[in-house]
Amino acid sequence: MTTQPVRFYQVGSFAVGNRLLPDDDRTVQSDQNRTNSLDSGHRACQGCGEALGARYALDAAMRATGGRLVAVNATGCLEVFSTPYPETSWRIPWLHSLFGNAPAVATGVAAAMKVKGKGDVRVVAQAGDGGTVDIGFGCLSGMFERNDDVLFICYDNQAYMNTGVQRSGATPPAARTATTEAVGPEPGNVFGQGKDLPRLAMAHDIRYVATATVADLHDLEEKVERAMQLHGARYLHILVPCPLGWGSAPNDTILVARLAKETGLFPVFEAEYGKVTAVSPIRHRTPVEDYLSIQRRYAHLFGEHSRTDIIARIQAIADQNIATYGLIDDEADSRGQKEVTA
Amino acid sequence: MELPFAITLDVGSSHANRTGSWRVERPIYVDRLPPCNDACPAGENIQRWLYQAEPGDYEMAWRQLVEDNPFPAVMGRICYHLCETACNRAQLDEAVGINAVERFLGDLAIERGWSLPPAGAESGKRVLVVGAGPAGLSATYHLRRLGHQVRLVDSAPKLGGMMRFGIPAYRLPRAVLDAEITRIVALGVDVELGHTVQDIEVERNDGGFDAVFLAVGAQLGRRVEIPAGDSSRVLDAVSLLHRVAEDDPPLLGRRVVVYGGGDTALDAARTARRLGATDAVVVYRRNRERMPAHGDQLEEALVEGVTVRWLSTLSRFDGDRLVLEKMRLNDEGFPEPTGEIEELDADSLVLAVGQDTDLSLLDHAPDVAVDDGVVEVLPTMMTGESGVFAGGDSVPSERTATVAIGHGKRAARGIDAFVSGRAAVNADRHELATFDRVNTWYYSDAQRTRRPELERARRQSTFDEVVGGLTEENALFEARRCLSCGNCFECDNCFGVCPDNAVIKLGPSLRYEFDYDFCKGCGICVQECPCGAIDMVPERI
Ligand SMILES: Cc1cc2nc3c(=O)[nH]c(=O)nc-3n(C[C@H](O)[C@H](O)[C@H](O)COP(=O)(O)OP(=O)(O)OC[C@H]3O[C@@H](n4cnc5c(N)ncnc54)[C@H](O)[C@@H]3O)c2cc1C
Ligand SMILES: Cc1ncc(C[n+]2csc(CCOP(=O)(O)OP(=O)(O)O)c2C)c(N)n1
Ligand code: SF4
Ligand code: SF4
Ligand code: SF4
Ligand SMILES: [Mg+2]
Repeated sequence: MTTQPVRFYQVGSFAVGNRLLPDDDRTVQSDQNRTNSLDSGHRACQGCGEALGARYALDAAMRATGGRLVAVNATGCLEVFSTPYPETSWRIPWLHSLFGNAPAVATGVAAAMKVKGKGDVRVVAQAGDGGTVDIGFGCLSGMFERNDDVLFICYDNQAYMNTGVQRSGATPPAARTATTEAVGPEPGNVFGQGKDLPRLAMAHDIRYVATATVADLHDLEEKVERAMQLHGARYLHILVPCPLGWGSAPNDTILVARLAKETGLFPVFEAEYGKVTAVSPIRHRTPVEDYLSIQRRYAHLFGEHSRTDIIARIQAIADQNIATYGLIDDEADSRGQKEVTA
Repeated sequence: MELPFAITLDVGSSHANRTGSWRVERPIYVDRLPPCNDACPAGENIQRWLYQAEPGDYEMAWRQLVEDNPFPAVMGRICYHLCETACNRAQLDEAVGINAVERFLGDLAIERGWSLPPAGAESGKRVLVVGAGPAGLSATYHLRRLGHQVRLVDSAPKLGGMMRFGIPAYRLPRAVLDAEITRIVALGVDVELGHTVQDIEVERNDGGFDAVFLAVGAQLGRRVEIPAGDSSRVLDAVSLLHRVAEDDPPLLGRRVVVYGGGDTALDAARTARRLGATDAVVVYRRNRERMPAHGDQLEEALVEGVTVRWLSTLSRFDGDRLVLEKMRLNDEGFPEPTGEIEELDADSLVLAVGQDTDLSLLDHAPDVAVDDGVVEVLPTMMTGESGVFAGGDSVPSERTATVAIGHGKRAARGIDAFVSGRAAVNADRHELATFDRVNTWYYSDAQRTRRPELERARRQSTFDEVVGGLTEENALFEARRCLSCGNCFECDNCFGVCPDNAVIKLGPSLRYEFDYDFCKGCGICVQECPCGAIDMVPERI
C-alpha cells in the first residue's frame, strides 16, 4: 500500500485550527496555551472586531518574539475598554500615553530598551484609525522617516468609535457617521476624500507594510510573524469591523470583514520598501451590495429610495482596487487548492 | 502595600468583570444528525467513521463502522448508498464518496485481518435465527455481541442468502463475502446448513429458544402468465442467478430477453452476456425515468452491451420469436397498451418481475400476522407472536441488503430487551444537520474522486469484479471532503473567533466548553462554526 501523503486538509487553512495540519502550519490562536494578550472581562461591545484583531495580532507577536514584547497604545476603544482603572485585560507589558503620540512613545520605549541592554525586547504600537490616520499621523510619519524599530498596528474600524462614531480620514464614502449624516443628495461621507494609510506608509519606503482582516487569521498571523522577524519601521493595517459603528450584527463581524476583502473594497496585500510584493486573491468574487446591505451605516442606499447610483460608485472603487492590485487570480482558490496534489 | 506615587489602587485583572451578565442568548454545543447517517438503512455513524479516517486512523474508523454494520467490504460494493443521495456536500459540489471509502476500509480490514469486537459475556439466552442472508447474519453478529447464543440455520449449502445466490460475482466477489461472513461466525455461532425450517413453532419449542428471528427473505421468483410454446425456455431471474452462483448455469442460447425493470433484470441480462449471449435485451413496460433499477446499474449494463426495449410488454413467446406490444404512458404515468406489435428473436426468456416469500413455516403460528405476502412487525421487529421477530425481505421494506442489515441490528436489540425482560427503548434522534447550517466558506474546494472500472472487454466475458477500489491516497482525500455536518470536528474556529476568550479548548478529542462567566453572547462562534455544531438559545432570565 502506498503511504504517499495526501495534501488535502478538509478545511485547509481557512479555519482557525485543523487537526489534520502539521503542527508548524497551525495558528497561534489554535494553541491552548496562547498568550491571550487581551484577556476576558474587557468591556468591548459584543462581537467587537477590534478586540479580536488585537488578540490575534499581539498573541502572534508574543510567539514571534518569545514573549519579549512591549505594547504601546493610543487612546481609543481598545485602550478604554481594556483598562478601566484599576482593572486591566492586558497580560503583556502595556502602556498608554495620549491619543496622538503612540508612535513617538513607542520610539522612546525602543530606545530605552536599547539603553538598558534589553535590545531583544521588541515594541509594538497600536491605535485606532483616528489615532493613526488623523491625530497620530505626524508622529507616525516621523517614526517611519527615522526608521525606528517599531511595528505600528492600526486597527481600522473606519471612524472614531470610542467617542460615538465620528468620521475619520479612514471613513469610507457614503458611510453614515454621527458627523456625516445620511441626509441630502449625497448622504453619508463624501467621495474622493480620506487617506489610504497603507499607501502613505509605502510612500515612506519603509521595510514592511501589510494589510489584513480579522477574517483571515492565517494570513494575519503570518504577517505579524514576518513583521517581527524584520527590524526598522513596519506598518500593519488590520480591518476590524465595529458592530456598533457599522450597524452590523455582532455575529457578522467576521463575515463583514471577509466580504470587505471578497468585494475588493479592502485589498489585502504586502509591500516591502514601497513595492507591493504579494496580494491575497479574491476567492469568491462578490458584488459590493452584499457587503453594504448588512451594515446599517449604508442603510440609506437601500430600500424604497435605493441609491443604485451610489452603490455603482462604490462598486467602481472595488473594481479599481481589483485592477490596481490584481486581486482576481486564475488560481483564485490557491490556498485551498494548491495543497491538493493531482 | 507600598504603591507608587499617585497610585491609589493595586492593579487588578479584568477577570473581575463578569461580562457574561450582558448576554441575552447563549451558545451551546450540539450534535446534530448528519443527513448521511439519517439516510443509512443500516444506521451507520458515517460522519463519525469518516472523521476517524481523516487523520488516517483506518482501524479506528473501521471499528466505528462495524459497531453498526459488520459488512463494510460488501456494503462498499453493493449498497445503493442512500447516504450519498442525502449528503450535504452534494449541494456544494458533489456528494462525498462514502461508499468508496467504506469499501476501502472494508478491504483493508480483510487485508490486515482485523477481527470484529468479541462476543459479549454469555447471557445464557438462546436465539434461533432462520435464514443466513444479510438480515440473519447481521442479527447474529449483534446478538453475539450482546452475549446471546445463536443457532443459525439455512436451507442453502452456504451462508449469505441473496448476497451469495442472487447478487452476481462481478459486483460482489465471493472471497470478499466469505471473509466478512467468516468473521461473524468466528464469534462463536452454532451454524446448521442444508436445514429447512418447516414449522417455526416446532423448531422453537424443540430447541427451547428464548426468541426467534425470522429472516427467510423472498426466494420465489415471480412468474407472469404468457402463452409460451416451449416453457422450458422460460425461467425466472432468481433461479438463473442462483444456478450461476452454484456454478451450474442453464443454457440460455445466444439471444436472451429479460422481462422487468429492476436491478435484478439488469443483473440477469449482464449475467447472460457473460454466459455468451450476443444479444441481451431487457424489455420494460415504462420509460427510463420510471425504471426502478438504479441509474449506475443501468449505465454499467449499457456499457456492457445490454440493450433495453422501453415501453414494451410481452404478448407471446412462440418458438424463437417473442411478440411484444408497444405501450404508452397515460397521464398518471401508467403504461397502457397501444395495440402496436413488434417481434424479437429470442432463444430464451428470463422473467425478472419480483420475488415472493415462502412463509409456509408460519402455517402453525397463528399469532404472526402476514399481510400481502410479508410478515407484519412492530418497530422493534417483533411479530404478533411474543418472542418471534422478523426482518429483511420477508417484512415490508425496500428489499435491499442494507435494509436487511439494519433490520438485523434492530431485531437484535429488540430481542435483547425481550429476553432480559426490559422495555425496548428507541434512542433519541438528534435534529437534522441541514445544509443551511453549514458555513461553506471554510471548506477547501475539492472534486470527488472516481473509482476505476474494469475495461469493457473483460466485463463481457468474465465474472471479474467490475468496479475497483480507491487507493489509500484517494480514499483519504475522499474522507476529508466530508463536511462533518452537525458534529464538531475540532477546527478550533469557535476557540479562535471569540473576542472574549470565552471558549475553553479542552484538548485533542475533548472538544470545547463555553466560559459563561465571560461569553457576551455575540454569536460569532455560531456563525463561523463550519459544520453547524453550535446553537444559540435564549438565556434564562
Ligand atoms: C439479483 C439480485 C441483486 C440484488 N442486488 C442488490 C444490491 O446490489 N444491493 C442491495 O442492497 N440489495 C440487492 N438485492 C437485494 C438483497 O439481496 C436482499 O434484499 C437481501 O439479500 C435480503 O436479505 P434477507 O436476509 O432478508 O434475505 P435473503 O438474503 O434472501 O436470505 C434469506 C435466507 O433464508 C433462507 N431460508 C429461506 N427460508 C428458509 C427456511 N424455511 N429455512 C431455512 N432457511 C430458509 C434462504 O436460503 C436464504 O439464505 C439484490 C437481490 C437480487 C435478487
Ligand atoms: C487629544 C485628544 N482628542 C480627543 C480625544 C477623545 N477621543 C478619545 S478616543 C477618540 C476616538 C478614537 O478613534 P480611533 O482612533 O479611530 O479608535 P476607535 O475608538 O475607533 O477604536 C477620541 C476622539 C482624546 N482622548 N484626546
Ligand atoms: S464601539 Fe466598536 S470598536 Fe469600540 S468596543 Fe464597540 S465594537 Fe469595539
Ligand atoms: S458531508 Fe459528511 S457528514 Fe455531511 S452528509 Fe456528507 S458524508 Fe455526511
Ligand atoms: S467551530 Fe469548529 S471547533 Fe468549534 S464547534 Fe464548530 S467544528 Fe467544533
Ligand atoms: Mg476607529
